[in-house]
Amino acid sequence: MKKQSASQKAYQDLAAVHDRKRPVLLNCVKAFLVGGLICAIGQAVTVVFVLYFSFTEQTAGNPTVSVMIFLAMIVTGLGLYDRLGQFAGAGSAVPVTGFGNAIISAAIEHKTEGYVLGVGGNMFKLAGSVIVFGVVSAFFLAIIKTLLIQWGVIG
Amino acid sequence: MLPFFFWAFVVGGSICVIGQLLMDVGKLTPAHTLSTLVVAGAVLDTIGLYEPLIDFAGAGATVPITSFGNALLHGAMEESEKHGIIGVLTGMFKVTSSGISAAIIFGFIGAVLFKPKG
Repeated sequence: MKKQSASQKAYQDLAAVHDRKRPVLLNCVKAFLVGGLICAIGQAVTVVFVLYFSFTEQTAGNPTVSVMIFLAMIVTGLGLYDRLGQFAGAGSAVPVTGFGNAIISAAIEHKTEGYVLGVGGNMFKLAGSVIVFGVVSAFFLAIIKTLLIQWGVIG
Repeated sequence: MLPFFFWAFVVGGSICVIGQLLMDVGKLTPAHTLSTLVVAGAVLDTIGLYEPLIDFAGAGATVPITSFGNALLHGAMEESEKHGIIGVLTGMFKVTSSGISAAIIFGFIGAVLFKPKG
């Protein structure tokens, strides 16, 4: 907690009183249904890759993610993903389509600033933190795991 | 075939509920929530739990953003088994390449095709 002056504290208390109660249960149900539906669509794409291309259930994840991001581009471009997000909350943010939406909507939004400074420069504005923390955590975890394997601590 | 869809729905939906709880109860911003989930995916793969989840739930485990952390770690470990510690760097994006590439390519195409709304 940051240090607060008395008036800041009073304001925070006042804001907390007027803060709308979040309908947590309803939000969770919506997130479950929409998130589950997106994953079920992903499963259909996975099945196609397993049946008609030479992928296994494990390796089909990669092309599936690409297709899901493609679908996210269409839905985002039509302006529908934001509306879905207002309804579903984490249900549309947590699947990889939300990651795609963050990149694509940032790219579209900054189009007016030009392709180099606007699109190129702002594409990862929202999604960058996911990549940064994913890579940094994976880096340290992989180093630790590699060392433990080399020292024969784990198999 | 049908149970696969069922478990993809249930597991994928459940991961989204965890995200929703982080946002509503934990009062995290969406960016903090997603970053947390990515790190959680990498941790789960470190202790060898994410691959069984993919076997069990298919897209229910590969579509949520947690799989991004899993894939980063997977690429790093694959290369480090061959080339030792330096493989952690060279392999980091090996598996995730398709997701990041797709996001950049479709992001750019999307910006060309669509006009900003609102």
